Amino acid sequence: MSALSHVPGPTGGTPDVQATDPGTERRGITGYLLMLPGTVWLLLFFLVPLVTLVSSSLYDPSGSLATGYSMTGHVQNYADALSEYGSTFVRSFLYALTATIACLLLGFPLAYAIALKAGRWRNLMLVAVIAPFFTSFLLRTLSWKLLLGDDSWVVNALQALPLVPDDLRLLATPAAVITGLTYNFLPFMVLPLYASLERLDVRLVEAAADLYASPFTAFRLVTVPLAMPGIVAGTLLTFIPAAGDFINSELLGNPRTRMIGNDINDLFQASVLPTASALSVMLMVAIVALVAVYVRRSGTDELV
Amino acid sequence: MNRSTRRAPRLSFPVPDLSRRGFVRGAAIGGLGVGLPGLLAACGTEAAKVESDECTSTDKSDSEKVVNFSNWPEYIDVDGKRMPTLEAFEKQTGIQVNYNTDVNDNTEFFAKVQNQLGACEPIGRDIIVMTDWMAARMIDLGWIQELDHDNLPNVDANLVPNLQDVAWDPGRKRSVPWQSGFTGIAYNSKYTGEIGSFEELLTNPDISGRISLLTEMRDTMGFMLKVVGADPSDFSDDEWGQAIEELEKAVTSGQVRRFTGNDYVDDLNKGDLVACEAWSGDVIAMQYDNPDIKWVVPEEGLSLWSDNMMVPNRADHKANAEALMNYYYDPEVAATLAAWVNYICPVQGAKEAMEKIDPSLVDAPLIFPDEEFMAQTFAFMSLDEETARKYETEFSQAIG
Repeated sequence: MSALSHVPGPTGGTPDVQATDPGTERRGITGYLLMLPGTVWLLLFFLVPLVTLVSSSLYDPSGSLATGYSMTGHVQNYADALSEYGSTFVRSFLYALTATIACLLLGFPLAYAIALKAGRWRNLMLVAVIAPFFTSFLLRTLSWKLLLGDDSWVVNALQALPLVPDDLRLLATPAAVITGLTYNFLPFMVLPLYASLERLDVRLVEAAADLYASPFTAFRLVTVPLAMPGIVAGTLLTFIPAAGDFINSELLGNPRTRMIGNDINDLFQASVLPTASALSVMLMVAIVALVAVYVRRSGTDELV
Repeated sequence: MNRSTRRAPRLSFPVPDLSRRGFVRGAAIGGLGVGLPGLLAACGTEAAKVESDECTSTDKSDSEKVVNFSNWPEYIDVDGKRMPTLEAFEKQTGIQVNYNTDVNDNTEFFAKVQNQLGACEPIGRDIIVMTDWMAARMIDLGWIQELDHDNLPNVDANLVPNLQDVAWDPGRKRSVPWQSGFTGIAYNSKYTGEIGSFEELLTNPDISGRISLLTEMRDTMGFMLKVVGADPSDFSDDEWGQAIEELEKAVTSGQVRRFTGNDYVDDLNKGDLVACEAWSGDVIAMQYDNPDIKWVVPEEGLSLWSDNMMVPNRADHKANAEALMNYYYDPEVAATLAAWVNYICPVQGAKEAMEKIDPSLVDAPLIFPDEEFMAQTFAFMSLDEETARKYETEFSQAIG
């Protein structure tokens, strides 16, 4: 009886607090107990490292591994890191943005086809989207080195085409890095899009057609808004890891395509803690800010 | 349009009293408890410099016949899946060797062990192999144990004279050379003509975007200093600045495709790289499979380095480690090893022993260089910790 009274109404709303219910207190503890593992996990592996990261970004930069770093609240680290690595930041976000758009353009038709047109092939196609995850991320990226290499059949075939310069090169260019990012993060775009489109009520599209909407208008006014949660989730899942990635740039790029992840990685290895930490914090803040603006602008707070 | 019509019914188990405010309050209190160790980081980090003599542990060599050996890939003789010289050592001494190739890059390995060694904690390895400058840095940090030369008669008798005394480890108290080598230029003759100097490597437009340099700062900057006319073993801050500028020019012009570790080998074989800065032993080994690969002594000279075996603090099997070091200074063993890895052999008498093993290698200047050949080599001057860090930061900014 009391369980029923907590079922929220059709409009949602918060469950009523029933202080008089005799079972309340015990269930309250159960709730906390259920949250305990997750909370401890978050505290240990998110909050503690975060505090460490932020404080090491404020260390005195004149310290070193041998002498130790002292905490002096050196905020200047941020300005220094930004002036030195600002252009790499811009480049990282540009690459990640381009890859995200490419993923959306490739992923939407694919997810649409799987969700609405694939029929009995649907599960097979889904497996095909996920299948690359069965091999390692590194291995997949290394394979692109073979595909795009200077003497590979792809490059040789392209060079044979008219209008393509004979000294065309694909590997170790920005194009290769963006291609790698697009390829590696495409499933993260396709799966949420598929989840959204799969729930699409086709009768709504039919209704739009009945009301004299052209296929394109119906797509623009019915399908896309209904797929919005998937689009938002997919772009976030693609953009965020892509902006911090360093493997693609390391393996497919050249010294002028380095992304911020490469610099952070190198600086930590060289144990230049203050700069490395300041860059990490800035990357995190920049991504959170961008995501917040994006989610608000697309008016999808409730959908994510 | 009512979007909630197709929404799945909400999960609705009762969660009374678990109001958001109550939860946040609880979490904040819990967070304080767990977050405290993290907050301690706000006080800075401890110095990683330790006193080596205070960081030893009791040697278990007598009771545990084991030695854990961490080396670079492709740096030991292999016959199929077997390692002949290591197996002979195991048979001779009864000490089991756990051989790992987990050193790919000096800086990377340093990053891997710095937290433990900086805190006087064991890293589970009894022998590590580091290049001169990194060996110097680790010894300076107090991370390396002093060796007992009573256990190293072969080393004392057979180590080549020019390596017996180095500035960073007088009398070889804490290190024993494993192999030495040269850094020079390699090219793939299928795709380009001879590249005879670094100056050409960095400016020839025909090979633009198809060359690589090494991520090892001392290797690459040694040659850059030579290119601007400075002496890598004794240069000024100004000269360093010019050399960095020269490197930046080569990077921004697009001449340099990548900065690499050992991984230039694949790219040079495939032709993605047509010429590169390379290590001598790698190149000779490549030539067995691909005769197009050529080795050049650049006009600027050859950079000379050694990799050194050392026993880190808190290693449990120091005496076993010393037995292994001593074993590899037996001339015959050293020659067997050199015939496979093709690097410079630091052991006297190995040249004579090589007559029996592979006579064709006795006169190979890259394994047994004579004095005349050695005259073309240069070394990188040693840097104090602060300068080293400044230079390394500038270098990593230039290559990125």
